[in-house]
Amino acid sequence: MEYEAVIGLETHCQLKTNSKMFCGCANEFGAEPNTNVCPVCLGMPGVLPVPNERALQLTALTGYLLNCEVPGFAKFDRKNYFYPDVCKDYQITQYDFPSTTTGQVDFEFGGGIERVRITRAHLEEDVGKNNHFAQHSGVDFNRAGVPLLEIVSEPDLRSADMAYEYLNSLKDILIYGGVSDCDMEKGMVRCDVNISVRPKGGSELGVKVEIKNMNTFSGVRRAINYEVPRQIETLEAGGTLVQETRRWDDVAGITESMRTKEHAHDYRYFPEPDLMPLKPDEAWLAEVRSQIVELPLARKQRFAKDYGIPAQDADVFVGNVPLGGFFEQAIEGASNPKAIANWVINNLQARLTETGTTIGDLKFEPSAIRELVAIIDTGTISSTGGQEVFAELFENGGSPAAIVEDRGLAQVSDSGELDKWCQEAIDANPGPADDFRNGKENAINFLKGQVMKASRGKANPQVVGETLAKLLKG
Amino acid sequence: MADNDFDIQYVANLARIALSPEEEGKLSTQLGDILGYVKKLEELDVTGVEPMAHAVPMANVLRADEVQPSISQEAALANAPRQANSLFVVPKIVE
Repeated sequence: MEYEAVIGLETHCQLKTNSKMFCGCANEFGAEPNTNVCPVCLGMPGVLPVPNERALQLTALTGYLLNCEVPGFAKFDRKNYFYPDVCKDYQITQYDFPSTTTGQVDFEFGGGIERVRITRAHLEEDVGKNNHFAQHSGVDFNRAGVPLLEIVSEPDLRSADMAYEYLNSLKDILIYGGVSDCDMEKGMVRCDVNISVRPKGGSELGVKVEIKNMNTFSGVRRAINYEVPRQIETLEAGGTLVQETRRWDDVAGITESMRTKEHAHDYRYFPEPDLMPLKPDEAWLAEVRSQIVELPLARKQRFAKDYGIPAQDADVFVGNVPLGGFFEQAIEGASNPKAIANWVINNLQARLTETGTTIGDLKFEPSAIRELVAIIDTGTISSTGGQEVFAELFENGGSPAAIVEDRGLAQVSDSGELDKWCQEAIDANPGPADDFRNGKENAINFLKGQVMKASRGKANPQVVGETLAKLLKG
Repeated sequence: MADNDFDIQYVANLARIALSPEEEGKLSTQLGDILGYVKKLEELDVTGVEPMAHAVPMANVLRADEVQPSISQEAALANAPRQANSLFVVPKIVE
């Protein structure tokens, strides 16, 4: 029997705020342990949490970016469980009335566009960080209370590679929207993976295995690539699967069953009595909507379609938003966006990288690249001359026309002068001239080179070729 | 009092408290009484009443995203039964 994998992801990402979710402690990675803490995030008795408005805005914004509904009513709930990194013995989260519901993410996969439905994206607080030692564990509560968005997908993913691409797209969207820095090294994105298998094309879901707390996308891909065949092999060998939580061992490259507790999870969710409900009104939501940005995929499609540039060039402008913005200004009214894209990517981006500078540091306007391409296209300067103009632009700014003038870079297309250089080249090199006359067409290139040399690069190569041919045949 | 629809041992385990058999009996009765008392609310006709998330009719009580001073590390760890390397030391967490 042929099986298919059914995969859903719960992706947690830390929101980009200055302060924590329910108190004023800094939302900051890498501080000395237990220094960004206060009675609220340490769960001391009698304290009162107050929600961070920016975190709520970023949650609603994420909702819009993921095509979710943003309901007019939401609330916080307590999820009760005992674990050393949860100092209150409950986590504040959103249970039955989350801030966003039912959306979707479109992303490129396997040569086409795939869609994964989003069940919800709800807001909660991060927990402390456990450090494990030989005999004990140690907890740092700096992370406790950092606003955490949990983005829950429907089980629409069918392979490890598809899950990997979905995660990357989601990350790009969150970074684009300024919602999260998604710095994996700093643990800003973590994933729970739900995996089951079923006969291909079936509609019922198989027994689900959850792999918790994955902190790299490549780890997610490897874990799925291990877990799916494991489940299929178990079924094919006549075995049964149990619903369980498994842990990914990144070193061994396997998943293993985690000790299941006597009582399955019973979180006893109830409304958080310390927090008032949330009723975002139209004015508040309008302010959030004003922060909506163009999504990476939409941007890529727009660049490729409107400007006729190759997909990989569009990718560069998606990955580097300021560079893309510069390009869009440069091509205003231009007839040759593709040539401009080449200059922006191959020359400008390269120089910015070499010099460690950014678009903001440039000494020239985007229109200068448009002018530069125009004077190369019309044959006013050679492409070699173009390189010289660009180098000067990048160093000192100015306008391409003025640089051409100052440096005498304009190509000579004037027939009188060209005729003279060409005739001299023919007279000085009778061998190659005869070769050409005897049908060896390549011989003209040598003569052309001599003319270019004589003109110190200023002769228009195309006109030189035509003139030489005319004189030789004449 | 009607038969309790809860399992006192299960509830005790969720709360991580150990009960002697005597305590189980006593608390079972008390908890049953409390639930019975609260059950009185079910007698109310709430047709047409919107479910509420909070008894106080307020919403959107929020704070601006501004950093406020934290407490000192020393104060944070002052009540820790054990500490090392500025961390709260707990029994080894094994999953």
